[in-house]
Parts: sequence; structure tokens; C-alpha cells
Amino acid sequence: MPNTKQRRFVATAVAVALGATTLAACGGSDDDSEAPSGPANLTYWTWTPGMDKVVDLWNKGPGKEQEITVTVKKQASGDTLVTKILTAHKAGKGPDLVQAEYQALPTLVSNDAVADISGDAKAAKSKFAEGVWQQTTLGTDAVYAIPQDIGPMMFYYREDLFEEYGLTVPTTWDEFAETARALKQKAPDVDLTTFSANDSGLFAGLAQQAGAQWWTTEGDKWKVGIDDAASQKVADFWGGLVKEGAIDNQPMYTPAWNKALNTGRQIAWLSAVWAPGTLTTAAPDTKGKWRMAPLPQWSKGEDVTGSWGGSSTAVTTDSRHRAAAARFAAWLNTDRDALTALAKEGGIYPASTSAQLSDAFAEPPAFFSNQTDFYAGAAEIAKTTAPSAWGPNVNVAYTTFKDAFGAAAKSRSDFGAALATMQDDTVADLKKQGFEVAE
Amino acid sequence: MSSPSVVKAGPVVGIAPGATQGPPRSRRVGLTPTLALLLGAVYCLLPVAWVVIAATKSGSELFSTFTFLPGTGLADNLSGLSAYRDGIYWRWMGNSALYAGLGALLSTAVSAISGYALAIYRFRGRETVFNILLAGVLMPPVILAIPQYLLLARVDLADTYWSVLLPLVLSPYGVYLSRIYAAAAVPRDVVEAGRMDGAGEWRIFTRIALPMMVPGLVTVFLFQFVAVWNNFLLPYIMLSDDEKFPITLGLFTLLEQGSNTPALYTLVITGALLAVLPLIALFLVIQRFWSLDLLSGAVKS
Repeated sequence: MPNTKQRRFVATAVAVALGATTLAACGGSDDDSEAPSGPANLTYWTWTPGMDKVVDLWNKGPGKEQEITVTVKKQASGDTLVTKILTAHKAGKGPDLVQAEYQALPTLVSNDAVADISGDAKAAKSKFAEGVWQQTTLGTDAVYAIPQDIGPMMFYYREDLFEEYGLTVPTTWDEFAETARALKQKAPDVDLTTFSANDSGLFAGLAQQAGAQWWTTEGDKWKVGIDDAASQKVADFWGGLVKEGAIDNQPMYTPAWNKALNTGRQIAWLSAVWAPGTLTTAAPDTKGKWRMAPLPQWSKGEDVTGSWGGSSTAVTTDSRHRAAAARFAAWLNTDRDALTALAKEGGIYPASTSAQLSDAFAEPPAFFSNQTDFYAGAAEIAKTTAPSAWGPNVNVAYTTFKDAFGAAAKSRSDFGAALATMQDDTVADLKKQGFEVAE
Repeated sequence: MSSPSVVKAGPVVGIAPGATQGPPRSRRVGLTPTLALLLGAVYCLLPVAWVVIAATKSGSELFSTFTFLPGTGLADNLSGLSAYRDGIYWRWMGNSALYAGLGALLSTAVSAISGYALAIYRFRGRETVFNILLAGVLMPPVILAIPQYLLLARVDLADTYWSVLLPLVLSPYGVYLSRIYAAAAVPRDVVEAGRMDGAGEWRIFTRIALPMMVPGLVTVFLFQFVAVWNNFLLPYIMLSDDEKFPITLGLFTLLEQGSNTPALYTLVITGALLAVLPLIALFLVIQRFWSLDLLSGAVKS
């Protein structure tokens, strides 16, 4: 990858103000050989609830011994935080540590906002599954973050209603389609699920399961594979179901969607390991009636899932105590006590493989009290997560997804065209930002 | 309601509608705007009603019961909101009051003094200054937030109370309004009379002109207060420490908790309802100043 590039910082109205600036792409050498001299005070931007209590464990324990104090500054999650981090970085006032979703890491790296901590973090590698760790290295020798939580995807369904309608849990996508059609015949006003275009993470995860690699590098060029065969297969599958009316086409996370789940008009949901929390607020009356199963597969006997959500802890290039910050990040995401506290206070599903089977996950989530082996099953599924491939403009691809697929789902029209639009817009934006793109 | 026209229509009550001429016509004309206004009022008040009713619902009732059926969870929501992270909600509320109160006060003071100067004194470049201000009125503050952040970060003021207060002090719209109001409300004759009597310029401004400008300044204050209270982007970019967050930002963090944790809808809705109350109270208290017409008889015309 070329060292410097004319990069344009695109984030809504912000773009107008900032204009073009020259920034290093993909890290570069920033080994400020700082000796861990004297006490360090670190600030940490995170959205995880209860993180201050977890950090207290550090400040009173290992942090006290090493004279490293961490202060939590709670933020709102999402794309807006990435914009905020980049703005702060531009002023050189970024915090020492930031929480970053995996798909945001390439954006932060190409803006030179997060530091390579491979020197201090390599030891942590063994604690994570290969596919998870790879998301923080972006396929290079560098390490840009320590994985914190993951969102392996699963199939959630209403156990009682599946029985009532005489349905079996689909193990392949063909069976899934048959199940949706069978349900439509038995109960025309009930839907198996909906294809929602308002959270791009769902479709990205499903494409990932099918083997899609949306962003890859080829030499020093980016290659965008949003319109590749795997993604087309997924888009056509869902487009077909929506078109024939076998499933609903309304967006999720709306009051109407909550109501549909709560009253049993939608009886399944493709989601990730964090679904119990969402269901608790969306469908409070259905407590104890759901069950979790692995995602349906593309061909029988396969065992792959995608991921939806998840985040990591990164050290910024603005930090004057990178080594200290990296030590804290490693402790936070690998130490047993820290991870137990994170699970209890923050409700996260840890990326660390050993923590997934710790005492904190012995009991199923309260909403799934009927499925006692919930977390044992989740840990098995997490192992099968397909590798993901994120690029520096995930936000653009996601925005186009919402527009193009939102319109296609509403009009029950061709999803393939929407996918092509997504590909074109993403490539055009990469070029506009000054990246070289392989056609 | 148009009671006068109703009274006028009195004598023709009993005549079939349509057969009437004159007075009923004026009544019908009055009816259309009234209906339009009523429709507008419903349009504006319906969301408010939704917030009020939704704030009374508990988490399990929020999306499952009929939208306009009051729930049973108001007390729980209030105590839940107060208990959330040791009552940080009230701290946000206090911060908002500080930003909006002090910010609006400072900005009104600056607007008053500059508006007065632009209206009363004649000096070289006056129109240029005023035209630049006019351009400022047209400029959305959102565009300025990032440059302001970069500048304040350079002088190490980012993430302080000042970083939110300082950019608000100069409000082009406030100065513009003050100038227009001062030009209309402060007669030059009164200023001249003050000078003749030996008052200094500062004394004339504070003792004579300022009281005359009060109704205009109240408007400026209210506009600024509401603008700051609802401000989101500026504090969002400036502040990273959530102990300094205003209420808008605080509620946003309650909504965006990451995918692991469901959004705290009930708390956010209750919090939003409480956050509007100070604005309503302020309007009710301050609006009586609008009717002030101080010294309106000071000059014979």
C-alpha cells in the first residue's frame, strides 16, 4: 500500500469543513521507543455499560502496581464515534484508548489514528480464535487492536410456535425457504421472519457466512467484492423470498417489529449472540419461549457462521503511553477477572475463547432460561465464524445498502441490482478518497 | 376562537346555512384558518402527547399496549432514571442549565451591546460589519463545529465547559435582532437628550437604552436558550467526558449502548420528557416581558 495518500474525510457535513489532508495510509512505522517511564494516566473512550467498574479493578490491582491509571469516558456507540475519534485525532487530542467495532478498524488505520501495538500485544494472540484475531491485524504483521467482544450469528426461533405449526428447525437455507413457505400456507398472517434493510450488519454477516470477501487487497490496490458470487447468492435468496411473499419485508427495530415478535406474528429471527438482550425489550411477553440454533447452512454438513457486531480495544497514535495502553488493553480482554466483570457489568460476549466457557457463562441468559446449554452452544458456534474482510469505507457501503436494499425490499424488486449499486458506490467512493482500486 | 364573528352571526342563527349573506360569510372565512391552525396544533402536540404517555409506560408495556393508553410505570421510570449511574441524568440536566443559562446570558449581553452600537453609532465599516454578521446568520452553526473544535483544541480548551460556552457567545442572529430592535426602540432623540444632560455613553446605554431594549433582548435570550438547550453537534464534538455532557448528549449515550445492550427506551423517553419541562417553564415565565412597552411615550412624534 502506498505510504501517503490524498485522503478525503467523508462523514456527512463534516467533510465540507475538513477538506483534503495528507495522511499516512495503513499505519506506517510509528515505533516511538518510549520507555515506560513514570506513572501514566490514560483516557479510554468506550460505550460498554459498566466499564468504569471493570476499569476500577485495574486501577486498584495491576494498574496500581505498574502506575498506570485509566479513566473511562463513556461515549455513544456507532459510526458517529469513529467520526469523533478522527476529528480528535486531527487536533492531536485523541484519547489513549478507544473501543472500535471491527469494521471501523480499517478506517481508523488508514487515517493513522490507531497505533500498531504488535510489540506489546503479540502474547495475547493465543487467547483468540484465528478468525477473530485476523480482524485486528487486517492481514498484516501489525496488530491494531485487541478483540473484546464478538457477535457470532445464530438462528433464533419460537419453540412453542414451531411445534404448534408443525415446523422443524431448518439446517440449510433451502429448508429455511421451505419452512417459510410451509408456515405461509398454514398461517397466512404469520411470517417466519423479515428481511430488514435497516441494519447492514445482518446482510454483511450472512454474506460472510456464504464466503464473501467484501474488501481485499491485491498488491497495493483495494479489491471490492461486494458484488461477488457469494453475496449475489445471498441477495438472490432473500430477494426471492421477499418477492414471493414467503417472508415479511418490514424493517426491524421498529415498534411494529417489536409487536410482531411479541405477539407471535414473526416467529424467528436471524441474529447474533446478543439477541437475548434485544428480545428482552422487544418482546417481553415471550420470555422462555425462544430457542437458539446454529444458522442454516448453504450445503448440508457445512458448519459456518457469520458475525454481526463485536468490537475491540485499540491504542491511538495520539497516546504518549502506547506501551502502557497496550498492556491495559491486553489485560482487559484476556484477564479472567476482567472478562468476568465485563460479562457481568457490560453484558458482552467475550472474544477470548477461554472466557466464553467461564463461570460467568454457566447460566443461560434469563430470557432463555429454558435453554440451559445456551452458552455452551454459543461457544461451539463462535468457533465456526468465517473470516471477515473489512475495508476503509464500510460506512459508505452500509449507507448504500440501507438505501438500495431498503427500496428493493419495499418494492419487492430485484436484490441483485441493489447489490450492484452497493458495489459501484463503494468503488467510486474508494477512488474518490484516493485509493487505488483493482477492477 | 373567533368569538367576535360568532357574536356578529347571532342575528342570523336559524336561517339555513348557504342562504345567508354577509355576516355568516365572515364566519366561514374565520373557520378555515381556525381549522388550519387546529390541524397545525394537533400536528405539533401529538408527538408531545406521545412522549407524555410513553413516559408512563413500563418497559414491557412500551411497545405492546395501545399507543395512547397510559401505562403504570411512571414512578419506576423516574426512579430508574435517577438511579442510572448514580443520578448522572441530573448532572446532565445541571450541565444543560449551565450551558443554556450562562451561554444565553453571555450571548444576550454581547448581542445587546453590539446591536446597540451598530444601530446608534455611525462609524466607518459599520455596514461591512453588519453585512458580515448577516452572512453569519445564513451560516448553519453545524458547519462551524469542527473548525471551532480544532481551534479550541489548539489552546487546550477542548473538553472543558468553556469549549461549549465560548462558541455560543457570539450569536450573529442575536446581534442582528438586537440591532434591528435597538434601531426601532431606542430613539436617537433620547440618546441625544441623555448626552445633553451630561450622561456618559456607558450610562446612556445601561440606564436609558437597555431598559428600552428589554423585550427584544428577552427574545434573543429565549432563542439562544432554546438553541443551546437543544444543541447537539457542538458539545458532541467538543466533549469527551460524560460528566460534562448536556442532556441531549447524555440521552444519546443511553440510546447508543452498543449491540450487546438494548437501548434504554423507557429511560430515554422519560428523560426527554423531563428535559422539555424547563423550556416550557421558561417560556411561561418570560413571555410576560414581551408585552412590556417601556417609555413608549418618551418622545413626541
